Amino acid sequence: MEFLKLLLFVVLITCAIYVCVAKNLLTSIVVFMAYSVVMSIIWVIIESPDLAITEAAVGAGVTSVLFFVTLKKIHAMDDRKEEKNEQD
Amino acid sequence: MSRIREDYERTPWRRLVHFINGDEESVAERAGYEVETEEESVRIHDDFFHEVEWNKRKEEADTLISQYEEWPETKGLKYFQKIYRLMSALICVTIIVLLLMTVAELPTLGEAAHPINNEVSGRYIEKGMEETGAVNIVAGMILDYRAFDTLGESHVLFIASCCVLILLRIDSKGKGSTKEEAEENDRIYEPKNDAILQYVARYLVPIIILFGIYVVFNGHISPGGGFSGGAIIGAGLILYLNAYGFKKTERFFTAKTFSTISVIALGFYALSKTYSFFTGANHLHSIISPGTPGNLLSAGLILPLNICVGMVVACTMYSFYALFRKGGM
Repeated sequence: MEFLKLLLFVVLITCAIYVCVAKNLLTSIVVFMAYSVVMSIIWVIIESPDLAITEAAVGAGVTSVLFFVTLKKIHAMDDRKEEKNEQD
Repeated sequence: MSRIREDYERTPWRRLVHFINGDEESVAERAGYEVETEEESVRIHDDFFHEVEWNKRKEEADTLISQYEEWPETKGLKYFQKIYRLMSALICVTIIVLLLMTVAELPTLGEAAHPINNEVSGRYIEKGMEETGAVNIVAGMILDYRAFDTLGESHVLFIASCCVLILLRIDSKGKGSTKEEAEENDRIYEPKNDAILQYVARYLVPIIILFGIYVVFNGHISPGGGFSGGAIIGAGLILYLNAYGFKKTERFFTAKTFSTISVIALGFYALSKTYSFFTGANHLHSIISPGTPGNLLSAGLILPLNICVGMVVACTMYSFYALFRKGGM
């Protein structure tokens, strides 16, 4: 159990740093989603299941989906597609 | 009747009007440098000497104008940057000093008279179940003892969705892109009627929404409550919308549904919890008897309040997504 806790905390910190460092916005959103999932598991371990439910629904679900929609609206995902087409 | 003045265009009022309308008054006009038509200038400056003098004057004026126009880009920018740096440093220092002073005013950690060591938290834990009838202490706290705070929180959500509505709503009558165009643009990068997504959603959405309703209704018995349950229901609705598109969701959820549900839920909450205002803020616990702790129908007003909060949260989540996607519900 101690090992699992330690592992989760390390993953959490790694995720948090990577979200800031990542160059691609899409990558950082996906990592942010992973961060929320890990955080919700930690909430369960420290015995607050209500926060875990909210974190999973809001942090990993709704917020990330809104981020994705925003990326599409500001056409941040187009560039990747164009590059791919050019490579093809 | 008053006559129109000769220099009508140069009066302060007309200048203000021009300024508000955004008509750029040319620098030449402002400098009192008469702009003349070609015909006039030809007529006036027939004389050779006259023309020489005219050219001289024009050159002088041109250099002045160019200096005037370059000022903001050369010297003006320098002044602005200096003032900007000075002001930012000043504001930073002020805020740091203010915060440090506030920290110095805080009670010392570990002191017996520290506000943390008061009787409130002990009372919540010991008598919470007895007084509110909620097995879930958190629900008893936020929806009974501190229900008024939670009322403010649910209004924050409502206001947030109103702000998103103001920013992202696309008017059907206005100029620019219409709702239909926005919906078409929305579908550029994703397949319409994705078979896998629809198949998964058919089985997942009912389970997700049922779980959300369970969490809302058992808010006072098990972990969870209005906010968590509402968020789960909202996520389920968003998944349904993604799989089947706006045509299907508009059968049961439009802007009218959103406003009706929000207003009814917030109104009920406000009516049921502001009575403490009228009784002098001392009658904070419910009139309805708490009932047997652990039963579904117990804990007085907590169950209906949980349902209200859940409905507001679910509507807000869904409306956020719908507004982001196509600028309307």
